[in-house]
Amino acid sequence: MKFLPITLLAIGAAALPGWASAASEGDPQKGKEAAGVCVACHQADGTGKNNPNGESWPQLAGLNANYIAKQLQDYKSGQRENATMKPFANMLSEQQIADVAAYYSQLTPGQGQGGDSADEATLARGEMLAQRGDWADYIVSCKSCHGPGNQGAGEVFPGIAGQHAGYIEAQLKAWQEGTRTNDTQDLMGTIARRMSDEDIRAVAAWLSTQPPQSN
Amino acid sequence: MKTSFAITALAGSLLFAGGVVASERTEAYVNTLTELGYPAPEDNELVHIPPTMQDLEDSDTHPEFKRVIRRGYDLFTDTQQLRGENVFNDMNCSSCHLGEGRMPFSAPVWPAAVTLPGFRGKNGHVNNLEERIAGCFTYSMNGKPPEYGSDNMLALAAYHQWLAKGVEMYPDKPIYGRGFPAPDRPEELSYANGEKLYQEQCAVCHDENGVGLQVDGKTVFPAPWGDGSNNWGAGMVRVFTAAGFIKNNMPLGQPLSLSDQEAWDIAYYISNQERPQDPRYTGDIKETLEKYGPTFHKHSLYGQARETDGKVLGDHSNTGEKDFLKPDTVRPRTFE
Repeated sequence: MKFLPITLLAIGAAALPGWASAASEGDPQKGKEAAGVCVACHQADGTGKNNPNGESWPQLAGLNANYIAKQLQDYKSGQRENATMKPFANMLSEQQIADVAAYYSQLTPGQGQGGDSADEATLARGEMLAQRGDWADYIVSCKSCHGPGNQGAGEVFPGIAGQHAGYIEAQLKAWQEGTRTNDTQDLMGTIARRMSDEDIRAVAAWLSTQPPQSN
Repeated sequence: MKTSFAITALAGSLLFAGGVVASERTEAYVNTLTELGYPAPEDNELVHIPPTMQDLEDSDTHPEFKRVIRRGYDLFTDTQQLRGENVFNDMNCSSCHLGEGRMPFSAPVWPAAVTLPGFRGKNGHVNNLEERIAGCFTYSMNGKPPEYGSDNMLALAAYHQWLAKGVEMYPDKPIYGRGFPAPDRPEELSYANGEKLYQEQCAVCHDENGVGLQVDGKTVFPAPWGDGSNNWGAGMVRVFTAAGFIKNNMPLGQPLSLSDQEAWDIAYYISNQERPQDPRYTGDIKETLEKYGPTFHKHSLYGQARETDGKVLGDHSNTGEKDFLKPDTVRPRTFE
């Protein structure tokens, strides 16, 4: 650490690159009040719900606050499109977004749903994709970006372990089809487009059975 | 291209490695790689795609040998478990050798197992596989290699050698995708463009200040420079090696997406940043450069004045996290 350029750090903080969100400090207490509109789907404890026959509602509890804030900002700006979420995101001010994000990031995550019924071979394939990838198709592992245990790495790569299978599956398909494009540098889209339907189902199922990040 | 390769591959399709026919695996990988824009194998090239850990599990290899190979794999992909003992930066073996050391164009590690013992210009003597692995610990991990013959060293060597399963020793043919093949060097390299591109293309993972990202003490994205990175003696400090790595492997999942100029400019920018001292440092940078310039540092920026501020790169005694300069494995071997 003797040679860490302190001046560079100072300059770097002033000039944020495009992917970095300059999120304001959120107040979890105020966030709890503003989150009143969220509970119908994301549940009072933020654990969401897997809906096998419809749109699954992602678990927000324990996710990185800046990641949540960026998604809400993207729903507002149209960078991330979702008919269900857009009207709710539009109701929130910038400060409320930061507050809601801070609130959910502090909640204790629950266990993901939707992977229990998957057979052993499917779960094994899912585990391989998540932990080691499949380089025969140049599919890099989930954990190479989403971090140890796939529990998230920084504010750009969210925790995906313990997320609901239906939600993970829908997102990977959205990236594949080009209906979700708000990832940095198309990093997720590139990988999703190399995955088969079976790969997506397998990795979604396995990840949902894994322990979510603890905070 | 694809068809002709498939036919050649099938002609020699009698190798088994666990449950998967080696030629089918090879064909699948080569098709994927050529679709991504990598060159197809030349007729005279040796093409080898190593078995996977699943192939190991499916094989009838002795259970105890399986256990040791698993340990080698585990050390290779989570070398940070040796932090403070053998590793003194944020690197895992798999930080540079993508795909667990199996991928062409990402310095696959199995060639070491079939070409060593052999002469290495870097240290000017005949090395075996363990000494080659020790080189990575010394320079790329800024560390102190596990003892020769120790359990960890043997497990790592076993993993390398098992990846080479089915390949002849001392092959005459050139190896497809060996090392990090560098794109043609452009006429001019630009620090400013490299910095701009680094911030746009690399910083999201590797941090705008080059420290990478660690989560719970585990490296997610390795540090391209600074104390968490390889020292000045690592192969990656040669600008062409860094350019070859970047061009063929970065951003992760998007190989060959940068132009040759872009890959070289980013490599040049990274090569202009500081990192721990070369363990071969004599105490004087000019002397060190005279000794190791001809065989090594003629390709790096070590000892050169940085164009942006005139700072002489590597002119310091910082050894990073470790409290020694040179592990005792770095020594000449004369066979006398």
